[in-house]
Order: sequence, then C-alpha cells, then structure tokens
Amino acid sequence: MSALLERRAVVKRLVADRRDLLVVAGLGSTAYDLFAAGDHPANFYLWGAMGGAAMIGLGLALAQPQKPVLVVTGDGEQLMGMGGLATVGAQRPANLSIVVIDNERFGETGLQRSHTAYGTDLVGVAKSCGFAWTREIRAEAQLGEVVDRLHAKAGPSFAVVKVAPVNPPRALPARDGVYLKNRFRESLGLGVN
Amino acid sequence: MVRGLRIFGIVSAMTETQTGWPDGIYDLLKQAGVKQVAYVPDAGHARLIERVHADNDMKAVVLTSEEEGIALCCGAWLGGERSVLLMQSSGVGNCINMLSLVENCRFPLLALVTMRGEWGEFNQWQEPMSKATQPSLELMGVTVHRADRADDVTETVAAALDTAFRSDQAVAVLLGQRLIGRKEWTK
Repeated sequence: MSALLERRAVVKRLVADRRDLLVVAGLGSTAYDLFAAGDHPANFYLWGAMGGAAMIGLGLALAQPQKPVLVVTGDGEQLMGMGGLATVGAQRPANLSIVVIDNERFGETGLQRSHTAYGTDLVGVAKSCGFAWTREIRAEAQLGEVVDRLHAKAGPSFAVVKVAPVNPPRALPARDGVYLKNRFRESLGLGVN
Repeated sequence: MVRGLRIFGIVSAMTETQTGWPDGIYDLLKQAGVKQVAYVPDAGHARLIERVHADNDMKAVVLTSEEEGIALCCGAWLGGERSVLLMQSSGVGNCINMLSLVENCRFPLLALVTMRGEWGEFNQWQEPMSKATQPSLELMGVTVHRADRADDVTETVAAALDTAFRSDQAVAVLLGQRLIGRKEWTK
C-alpha cells in the first residue's frame, strides 16, 4: 500500500490555481492547511461552529451561483454535520464542492479515532444523498481530477481525501469573525453596513 | 373557511383570519429582498413555506436540523443574499452552539419561530423546550420579539427585518401558539 497523502500538500494543490474560487474551511486543521497554502480574502476560516462548514458553503453557493465554492473540512467536522449532506443533496447546487481531508482522527483533541476509522463511508453517504460526483482519493495522481471538478460547476461534488494522521505545525489565520466576514464580502464587491 | 392540516394524525383548525398573517410575512420578505428561506417545517409555517416554494425568485431550503439553517443563513450573507430561518420552538435548542458563528462574525439573522407548548398544548413533550426558548436565545445574544395576535405579526416581523439587516443583529420573532390555534386529536 502506498503512503498516505500529506494534508498540507493536498490543500495547497486544491487552491494553487484558485481563480474565482470561494473557500470555506472547517475549524481546526483544515483552516490551518488553507491558511498555510496562502491567505486570501475569499477564504472564510472557521474557528468554531463545528458541523456548519458545508451549510455555510451551501448558503454561499446558492447566493453566488456563477462562482465555484469549495468547502474544505475535516472528517470530524463533516461527521457532525452529516445531515447537511442530505440538505445539499436536496438543493443540488452545481457550483458547490466539498472536500473532506480525512485523517480518521479528531486532530485538535489528541488524534482520537473518528467514525471514519471505524468504517463510516462518507463518500457513500454523499452518493446516497444525491451528490452528482463523488470520489475517494488516496493518491496524488487523483488530485488533478478533484481540482478540475472544483471549477467545472457540474456538482455538487464530494471527495474524501485520505491523509496521514499527523498534525503539521500550526499555521493560524485571523480569528476575528467580523474581519473575516467583511473582507470576504468586500472581495465580492459587497458593502459593509 | 376552515382549513385542516393533517400532521401525524393531528388536525389544526385555522380560520381565514389566522391564515392571513403568513401571507403578510411573505409579502414583507419579498419587499425586503429575502432570497433564501431555510426551514424545518411546522404547521404554523405551512402556508408561508408553500408560498416560498411557489416563488421562483426565492430558494426554499429544507433542513434536517435547525442548526443547519443558522450556518446556511451566514453563508447566504457572505454571498450577498438575505435569508430567513423558519422553525418551531423545539428547534431552537438545536441551534445553540451554531449561534456563536452569528455572534462572533456579527452576521445578520432573522429566525421566525412558531411556539409550541404554551397554549392548549396536548403534547407535554413540547413543554420543556418551549419554556427555554426565549431565555436560551437571549443567552446566546439573540434579540427576541414576540407576536401573539394576528394584527401584530407583520409590524413585528417588519421591525425585526430592519434590526437584522440594517443593524447586523440576530433577531428571533416568536409567533405565539395562540396565533396558530389549539391542536385537536383526530382519529
């Protein structure tokens, strides 16, 4: 079996050629991964609201149907919001992609095993909820297909990328929510009250 | 005219006067430019949900749990759209931690909450969350308005729309169970 992918390299690849991509990152390691790949006003980092990343992405995707929206989050975060996959499936926004960076662990709290370590198949869940495209990714060579899907607007798309269960050094984005909200909206030409 | 809504063997009798206020809310949402309406259904919101589904300019988003709607409304605002969240009082309990997203980022939020467990309720399982609805919203920083008479609904919702979207506040309007009418068991 080949070595598991390294999470920082995976997320960096997802946003390397981001164009007009809008990105929501789930709390914890995926927010650090996204920040480490390069800060951007169209990144919305979560520091809490566990289970909410996919739904923030859905509201955003419905509001901005012409722009591709990526939710990048961890297995623990997505597991807490599993009902939201059914809600996305009911709406089927073509411009929404969810990529779960799956280390099969709750990384922030001591790398305890998550449900995906015990067999929960998130790709199967997304497929059965009506996502238009689903994949489990284990090799670097498969990442190009995921990147293409982000911009294809033929979703909703859902990928689980299996990564090594290690925590890279922390890279901490801003925690001020009002700042993150306002700069995100300004990047879309939206005003501040 | 009396409309019968069958929900799990329960019929809620609604007079024509009582059905007027949901149409009043719909008109206000249209005027305010609300584009996304997220909901976990409740009998009291049935008419409004129907209107939203029939409107091609609004997106009706059915949720599996109310906290999804909090996150959805925040995402809608990030993308420049106004939204509202419809739920029953029991759903408020499902939203608590997700409201920290609203407070931290100062997102506007408007939740329209139909009350159970406070007026001629036949199901005592509705009572605990009913009693906790207003205090728990307030504990999480949400401004709470109430309407118990049909005549008050549109004015209250209009004020809440302004407070939410002009002042970037989180507001909930509790729609009293008396508005919806007593539920009666049927065979």
